[in-house]
Amino acid sequence: MTVLADSPAVAARVGSTVELDGVVRDFGGGAGLAGFSLRAAPGEFIALLGPSGCGKTTALRSLAGLERVDAGRILIDDRDVTDEPTNRRDLGMVFQSYSLFPHLTSGQNVEFGLRMRKVAAGERRRRAAEALDLVGLDHHADRYAHQLSGGQQQRVALARALVTEPRVLLLDEPLSALDAKVRVQLREEIRRIQTELGITTFFVTHDQEEALAVADRVAVMRAGAIEQIGTPEELYHRPATAFVAEFVGLTNRLPGTVSGGILQVLGQTVPLAASAADGPVTAYVRPEDVLLAAEGLPAEVLTTSFLGALRRTRVRLADGSELAVQHGARDVPAPGERVHLAFSGTPVTTAPAP
Amino acid sequence: MSRPTPLRLGPGPVVRTVIWVVLGAFFLIPLLSMLEFTLRTAKPGVYSFDRWIAVFGGGTTRYDRVYQGLGNSLVLAVVTVAIVLLVLLPTIVLVELRFAKLRRLLEAVCLLPIMIPAIVMVVGLAPTYAVVTQIFGSGTWTLAFAYGITVLPYAYRAIQSNVAAVDMVTLSEAARSLGAGWGTAFWRVLVPNLRRGILAASALSIAVVLGEFTIASLLSRVNLQTSLLLVSQSDPFVAVIFALLALVFAFVLLVVVDRVVSARRRTRRVPPDHRLLKGSS
Repeated sequence: MTVLADSPAVAARVGSTVELDGVVRDFGGGAGLAGFSLRAAPGEFIALLGPSGCGKTTALRSLAGLERVDAGRILIDDRDVTDEPTNRRDLGMVFQSYSLFPHLTSGQNVEFGLRMRKVAAGERRRRAAEALDLVGLDHHADRYAHQLSGGQQQRVALARALVTEPRVLLLDEPLSALDAKVRVQLREEIRRIQTELGITTFFVTHDQEEALAVADRVAVMRAGAIEQIGTPEELYHRPATAFVAEFVGLTNRLPGTVSGGILQVLGQTVPLAASAADGPVTAYVRPEDVLLAAEGLPAEVLTTSFLGALRRTRVRLADGSELAVQHGARDVPAPGERVHLAFSGTPVTTAPAP
Repeated sequence: MSRPTPLRLGPGPVVRTVIWVVLGAFFLIPLLSMLEFTLRTAKPGVYSFDRWIAVFGGGTTRYDRVYQGLGNSLVLAVVTVAIVLLVLLPTIVLVELRFAKLRRLLEAVCLLPIMIPAIVMVVGLAPTYAVVTQIFGSGTWTLAFAYGITVLPYAYRAIQSNVAAVDMVTLSEAARSLGAGWGTAFWRVLVPNLRRGILAASALSIAVVLGEFTIASLLSRVNLQTSLLLVSQSDPFVAVIFALLALVFAFVLLVVVDRVVSARRRTRRVPPDHRLLKGSS
C-alpha cells in the first residue's frame, strides 16, 4: 500500500469545520430532525448513533443536501450551504446499499467524480489508481461491481468518495451489509485512512460497538436530536441520561434510593455519577461494575457464557430480580451455584424511578 | 449418507422438448403456410418465386400503395418510440426518484389502454384528432400520438421491470454526491443501466405499431396494415408476402432483444451472498 505522503491524489489536507445549527426536518412521522445542532472540528471523526427512526440518516442526508431541511442552517467552513444542491457541496459519500455504477468498472467508478470536475484523462487514471491503491484494490480496476465481494464494493465506493479530495466524508452505515469479520476489518481501515487524510468524517451507525470503536466523538441521537455527544469513554462511563446508559453498552437497571446525596442500591452504598434528587431511583450499573466477591449480596447463578478473555454470568437475587455480571474467564460459576456480589465503586448514572 | 437429490424446478427434458415442438409448430405452421401460399402458381403442385420477384423487382407501380403504407408505418414506429423515450421514460424515472407515491397511479394509467378496445378508443380519439389536425396537419405521422397511448402498457412494463431491478435512488444520489447534476446523473448513470428496458420497450413499440390496423383504418390513415388490406382485395398474394415479412421482422426483433437482454443478465449476476441491503433510519 502506498505511503500517503507520496500520493497527491489523496494528499492529507486540513479538514473542514462542519456545523449543523438547529436543523429541522419534519416528515410528519418518525426519522425527522427536531432542532439538530452539532459542530465538528476539522479532521474530526463523528459517529451518529441511535436506534432506527432516530433521524441519524436524515441528519447525514441533510448535510449531504439529499434531504431538504425545513429550518436551521448547515455550514461548511463557516459558509452557509443550506440551499446548495448536493453536487456543489464538495462531499464524498458512501452509502449503505452498494452504490457502484453497475455499467462501469471499478476504475471508471472511481474516475467518475474526477470526470465531473473535468480532470484530464491521464491525471484521472493516475489518481483513480492511487485511490484504489489506498483501499488495497489496485489490481481490481477493471472489474465490474458484480465481480467484487460486498466488502470490495464498499472499498471501491470509499475510494470513489475520497478521490476528489472532498471537504467532508459522509458514511451512511457503509458496513451494515457486510459480514461481521469484514465489517471489523473495514471499519479499522476507514479509521486509518481518515486519520491519515485528516478529513472531517460523519459516520452513521446503529451499532454502538462500531461507533465506540472508530469515532473521536459519538453523538447518541433520539427523536431527531442529540441526546448526548462525547468521546466514547465519556458516553460509556458517564452517560448523561438513562437512554444513553441503556443504548450504549450493556447495563443493569437496579432499583435504588437517594437520600441526602447518598445512593443505596440493594442495601449497598454506591457513588453517584451526578447529583440526584432524593427519592426512589433506577440505577444503571454496568455488568463489569458488579463483582463476584467472597461476601456481599447473595445470588444464584442462572447462566454463564464464555466471551474469550471475559465471562458474562446472569444471576438471580433473593428478591427475584436478575442481573448480568462480567468477570474474568477463569472464574467458572456453575448454574445453580450460590455466589456473592459486590459493587466495584464506579460512579453510576441514575434516573428518577418511574 | 446419500447425497440428497436436488429439487428439480420446472419440467424435465422430455416435457421441455414436447413444449418446444408444440409451440414451434404453433408459430411456424401459419408462417410456413403463408410462405407456401405466396409460392403457388396456377398449376397445382408447382411453386415459384415469381410473386416475390414481382414485388421486390421494382418493375411495377402496382405495389406503391403498400410501400407507402410500409414507409408510413416505419415513420410511425420511429415517432412512437421517440414519444416513449422522451415522455414515458423520464416520467417513470421521475416518479421512481421523486414521487414514489404516484407509482401505482402511473402503473394504472399506463395499463389502462390494454383494457380499452381499440374501437372504443377511436370513438374518443376521433374528436381529439379534429384538434390534432388543426395543429399538426393531417399527416399520417400524427397517428403516433394515438400509438403512443396504445403501446403504453407494453413499454411501461418493459421499462418498469428494469427500473425495479436497479437501485435508481442510490445510484442517482451517488452520482450527485460525486458532483453530477440531475441531467448528467440521468444520462451517464441511469440511462446506461436502463438500456435493457429501453431496448425492450422500443422493440415492443415497433412490433405493436407495425401490426396496428384499427385506429389507422377508422381515422382513415394509410399504414402498412390498412394498405395490405386494400391490396389484398385485388392481389391476396402480395398482402400475404408483406404480412409474412412483417411477422418475421417483429419475431426477429423480439428474439434479438431477448438475446441481448438475457446475455446482459447472465454477465450481471451478483453472487448470492452479496445482496443489497436496503433501508435506513
